[in-house]
Amino acid sequence: MEFELTDDQEFFQQTTRKFLAAECPITAVRSLEDDPAGYSAAYWMRGAELGWTSMLVPEADGGGSLSEHGLLDLVLVAEEMGRLVSPGPLVPTNVVASALGESGSAEQRAALLPGIVAGELVAAWCGTDPVEAVRQGEGFALTGVAAPVEAGAQAQHLLVAARTANGLTQMLVPADSPGLAITPMGNLDLVRRFAEVRFDGVLVPKTGVVGEEGGAADDIERQLQVAVVLQCAETVGVVERIFEVTLEYVGDRYSFGRPLSSYQALKHRFADMKMWLEACHATATAAARAVADRAANAGEIVSATKAYIGPHATDIIQDCVQMHGGIGVTWEHDIHLYLRRATVNRGTYGTPAEHRERIATMLMGAQP
Amino acid sequence: MSESVESVESVESFRLRARAWLAENMPPLSGEVAEPGDLGRREVERALQRRLSDGGFAGICFPADYGGLGLSPDHQRAFTEESVPYDMPFSLSVPTLSILAATLVDFGTHEQKLRHLPAILRGEELWVQFLSEPSGGSDLAGCLTRADRDGDLFILNGSKIWSSAAFASDYAMCLTRTNWDVPKHRGLTMLIVKIHQPGIQVDQIRQVNGSMEFCQEFFDDVPIPASDVVGEVDDGWTVASRLLVHERSAVGGGSPYTSGRSMGHDQPSADRSLARLAEAAGRSGDAHVRQLVAEAHVQQLVSGHLIERVTRGMASGKMMPPSGSILKLFRATLVIRQAEIGLEVAGCDSAIWPKETTPPGRVVGEASLWRQALSLGGGSNEIQRNIISERVLGMPREYAADRDVAYRDVRKGTTSTTRS
Repeated sequence: MEFELTDDQEFFQQTTRKFLAAECPITAVRSLEDDPAGYSAAYWMRGAELGWTSMLVPEADGGGSLSEHGLLDLVLVAEEMGRLVSPGPLVPTNVVASALGESGSAEQRAALLPGIVAGELVAAWCGTDPVEAVRQGEGFALTGVAAPVEAGAQAQHLLVAARTANGLTQMLVPADSPGLAITPMGNLDLVRRFAEVRFDGVLVPKTGVVGEEGGAADDIERQLQVAVVLQCAETVGVVERIFEVTLEYVGDRYSFGRPLSSYQALKHRFADMKMWLEACHATATAAARAVADRAANAGEIVSATKAYIGPHATDIIQDCVQMHGGIGVTWEHDIHLYLRRATVNRGTYGTPAEHRERIATMLMGAQP
Repeated sequence: MSESVESVESVESFRLRARAWLAENMPPLSGEVAEPGDLGRREVERALQRRLSDGGFAGICFPADYGGLGLSPDHQRAFTEESVPYDMPFSLSVPTLSILAATLVDFGTHEQKLRHLPAILRGEELWVQFLSEPSGGSDLAGCLTRADRDGDLFILNGSKIWSSAAFASDYAMCLTRTNWDVPKHRGLTMLIVKIHQPGIQVDQIRQVNGSMEFCQEFFDDVPIPASDVVGEVDDGWTVASRLLVHERSAVGGGSPYTSGRSMGHDQPSADRSLARLAEAAGRSGDAHVRQLVAEAHVQQLVSGHLIERVTRGMASGKMMPPSGSILKLFRATLVIRQAEIGLEVAGCDSAIWPKETTPPGRVVGEASLWRQALSLGGGSNEIQRNIISERVLGMPREYAADRDVAYRDVRKGTTSTTRS
């Protein structure tokens, strides 16, 4: 994605690529289709050893990044995972780790961050839509539904946005809390897992509040930005890989005595796909930098990035399906795994239409 | 060596100095859009360029030996960002600075550069390209305009078309055929041509949007000194190819030689015209319109991201020069989509308005008539797609019936525009 990687970043990227190719090739991804978690605990812990869960965690809490901006290091992992449609709760775990590193109490950080960094704990992020919180003694009782929550059924802890009498508040909820019902959902991706999380009077003590009560709006916006940056980097990896495969395929395949790649009707479509792919790379990079730098317009750029990459990714992959001919719509060919991942990414952490509406609000005010 | 490295001013220091200087010396942007061929505006821009030159801010990326500053694209970008609120010599950026002067830097002789580059940077010379011909624009190497050697001269005959504002410019780079006995790419020569001289007639062409910017030129035994050959005789295709690379970069918004906001360099945050149009039409609450306005804004932002990526990629060698075609195609297709969105947002107001008025919808409607222009000029979208697929992606080249055939023997069409 980035042209200007440091030597450390390049080494990290290569290490992740080699690890994924060796430990989780596409055949392994396919074999996890019916696995409840979609990944093995050993795989996730080895990924954590490589740094997949420590980049957004402060050094004081056991984390650490390669460069000044851990997010720019982490997008390299996301992109590599996209290239092999790899499993694992990269986005939710890192969003929660980042949130706790920034706003968590010393107690919360100590309870979760070492486990997350070691790959032993998984945390899920319940998204931007708040559930209702009613004061109960020193704490709160939560009611409402969050869905879809990525890795919701695999997580030991959930970070949830709640609306108290004082406004938006984040709370950390153990997955085994009474009143919490976590139900796995179906989805297009073979190894991604989502759940519906139902809060029915779940009690959260005062110590479960992350940051200031009523002051979480900026934090939640930041979490969305981090999620979209990682997701879009992954999608770019997905599209890049399938574009490479397809370009090679039309060079090897012959019709009417000529390679498919010699037909202008197809060449021009590859030119368009290349242009869109480069634009996807460019905007994903711009979004990652803006969020890493905490630029004032980071929210605008992130939404533009998602609105652009979402539909273009699925368009490019569908066109690659067309270039493959009949084999492209078989279960046997891997291309559908890529299409599945891109389609799920398109629909989560805000749809393109929702992100366009965010931009419309920035340009013209809220919809009346 | 180390001394010269140390003496380069940092981008931030340059930015601050530029900010202060601009505020003191350049007029604020008026918001009025002048016709590119408007002679009065041309004079204003020459004067603005002169002012930049006197202030030491002209030719930021041009070589210091020829009147430039010899600084980096990052310095140029900083200056452009600072210059957004001010009136600038916009039309000098494209084509004079970013295409013709850039090509002269690459291929001109020391004498040619000394003669022209400092004058260009002072706003004294405006340049255009004489490339396309009435017989066809995409097959550029199939050019029929001839330059026949006569001692120290070349005698120029033929016709060129689609040059921007040639009537208000001073010099052109003209692609000519000097050898008819070799295949088409090997018999071309690039000449520097002084536009206003006996034997050259310049006609303006009226475009669908009323613009009179584009021109056709007719050459009748025009003598050109051999010292005005750019590059080598019969190797004009090498020069033309580089010129086209500069053109695609410039039109796509990725040239380091443009100074000030220009095509593709629009500040996305300043591009709110569709939002204002929706508000003026009372439709800013309409969900469909909101989606379209946001889509246009997204494209605008992504365009800026793409320009940055491709510019940096080409500068660092990670992307090949033909990648400039990606920017050109992106910009051209973006204009098409934005024109479509404009019509959708403005509704009937884009087609019909009260007489003698120019409401925002009319501007959108008239602009839509012109939307294909960027998909045609500077190499059509179809040519850009050939370039991207063949030279960026390495897909097989198109069959060409004129390959390895002496140009004299190549079949040529019968339609061409004759002198009016």
